[in-house]
Amino acid sequence: MVDHLYYTLQLADNALVIGHRLGEWCGHGPVLEQDIAITNMALDHIGQARSLYQHAAKLFNELPQDEKANQFQSVALSLKISNGDALEEDDLPYLRDVWDYRNVLLTEQPNGHWGNTIARSFFYDIFQQLYYTELQKSSDEQLAAIAEKSLKEVAYHVRWSSEWVIRLGDGTAESKKKIQTAINDIWSYTGELFNVSEAEQAMIDKGIAVDTASIKDKWLQRVNEILNEATLTLPEDNWMHEGGKNTQHSEHLGYILAELQYVQRAYPNMEW
Amino acid sequence: MTVRDFQQAFDEKIDKEIAIEPRDWMPDNYRKTLIRQISQHAHSEIIGMLPEGNWITRAPSLRRKAVLLAKVQDEAGHGLYLYSAAETLGISRDEMIEQLHSGKAKYSSIFNYPTTSWADMGAIGWLVDGAAIMNQVALCRTSYGPYARAMVRICKEESFHQRQGYEILLNMSKGTEIQRKMVQESINRWWWPSLMMFGPTDDDSPNTEQSMRWRIKRFTNDELRQRFIDVTVEQCKILGMTLPDPELKWNEERGHYDYGPINWDEFWNVVKGNGPCNKERIATRVKAHEEGAWVRDAALAYSEKQKKRNNKTDHQAA
Ligand SMILES: [Fe+2]
Ligand SMILES: [Fe+2]
Repeated sequence: MVDHLYYTLQLADNALVIGHRLGEWCGHGPVLEQDIAITNMALDHIGQARSLYQHAAKLFNELPQDEKANQFQSVALSLKISNGDALEEDDLPYLRDVWDYRNVLLTEQPNGHWGNTIARSFFYDIFQQLYYTELQKSSDEQLAAIAEKSLKEVAYHVRWSSEWVIRLGDGTAESKKKIQTAINDIWSYTGELFNVSEAEQAMIDKGIAVDTASIKDKWLQRVNEILNEATLTLPEDNWMHEGGKNTQHSEHLGYILAELQYVQRAYPNMEW
Repeated sequence: MTVRDFQQAFDEKIDKEIAIEPRDWMPDNYRKTLIRQISQHAHSEIIGMLPEGNWITRAPSLRRKAVLLAKVQDEAGHGLYLYSAAETLGISRDEMIEQLHSGKAKYSSIFNYPTTSWADMGAIGWLVDGAAIMNQVALCRTSYGPYARAMVRICKEESFHQRQGYEILLNMSKGTEIQRKMVQESINRWWWPSLMMFGPTDDDSPNTEQSMRWRIKRFTNDELRQRFIDVTVEQCKILGMTLPDPELKWNEERGHYDYGPINWDEFWNVVKGNGPCNKERIATRVKAHEEGAWVRDAALAYSEKQKKRNNKTDHQAA
């Protein structure tokens, strides 16, 4: 069922895109220890993405032939599909076009300075922890297992990004200003985490997806607890961007994919 | 004890292969040589993250991306171990980093070459990490304890680096014509600089004798280079590729491969700062360091605040 595929891609694309972004820091961190830490987190997300794309490929391969044919616009992917090839782990991330990606806009936002990256991770990590905790109960056993396996990593991410929010908020005057601005700037991308796409709703109804409404209060509460300790506040304006879950992206994702997919697109059908 | 007694005790330890530890007396020059060598080695790990980091966003599969991230992350860890080992000799990490950024300290010249194709991730792992292993295995028994121990940890991880690099090339060499072309082209670019990693020939390496005496070095540059060539030629055959040296030939009498002349002009030119990426590499590190300054300041300020707060609560509790 195509909604099941779309929903799994939503999860997989989030993991890949944020992992890709965090990986961009590797070699450029503010201090060696943090270079190592942020790369660790990139690795965790990429690892989760791999499991999710394996699952997505399997869901795709199980679709009836006529549904497979018109699923994606990418020429490279369409060729593979019309050849009757079964999709594998790398096909969906490496051959799909921007307008078939389903990650939330939050994950594709540029790294900016350390504070921007921390703010993005902070909102995302707390969300992911609550979300994956619930996802363990999914009636899709594969998704439940991936959630369970990832939660240890996610707990570490939450601790790491929360500690950095506190450190920057309660550090110097400069760092406080920088992290507060970063939080204000990224805030409008957090609403989408709780929006429910059509595919997601269908999966909530089947007990496969998590109903985000059930975790929203907790998320806000935890966010505020940390911000209080950091002597920071949330912006008043609650207007929110949306679109990623429904394949409407910012300009940033195109550049992410241009790099990510370059080798596979330029030299198709080869093993690396 | 007089200085001479100290010197004698030190010499005896060296002769008996007893490790020198941070608190032991050591000759000034021994200390200086070690600081120079270890910090240079640490810098090489850190600068070495950049040419490979260059392909993290473009790795051709999720598995390769993860392996490459893990590999570059390992190099950061190696840098960390080595900076710590150097710190036991009385120099701070900040000072060492300052020396790197100002150009006063050197690092391995190989990292001043650009990575222009994915095959370079294979060639670097196979040849550059391979050459590094030759050097580093020899250093596991170096006379200075903290350095030797750092090397033991590092060597364990390096063999994974070489394997993943070789595996990239092996995989590509079993692929299409264009992939084999990429592999050959990459080997052609990395072969000679890899041989240069062992440093100048023994005749041209004035510090070697003293370093051997102090057992900082256990083998000469040429010995290690020869050893590297002998094993690499065989590995290259399995790839079905060639090494770009027409004079490479097995010498029955010596029991080693003979090889053609190394372009030492190129080597010294890159050492002097004129390699294709010298400026970029340092500029990238300086940028990361400068842009990270406010972050480090914040972390420090926060930890000091925390200390004060803890002191206060301790008092109250008392
Ligand atoms: Fe290393
Ligand atoms: Fe290495």
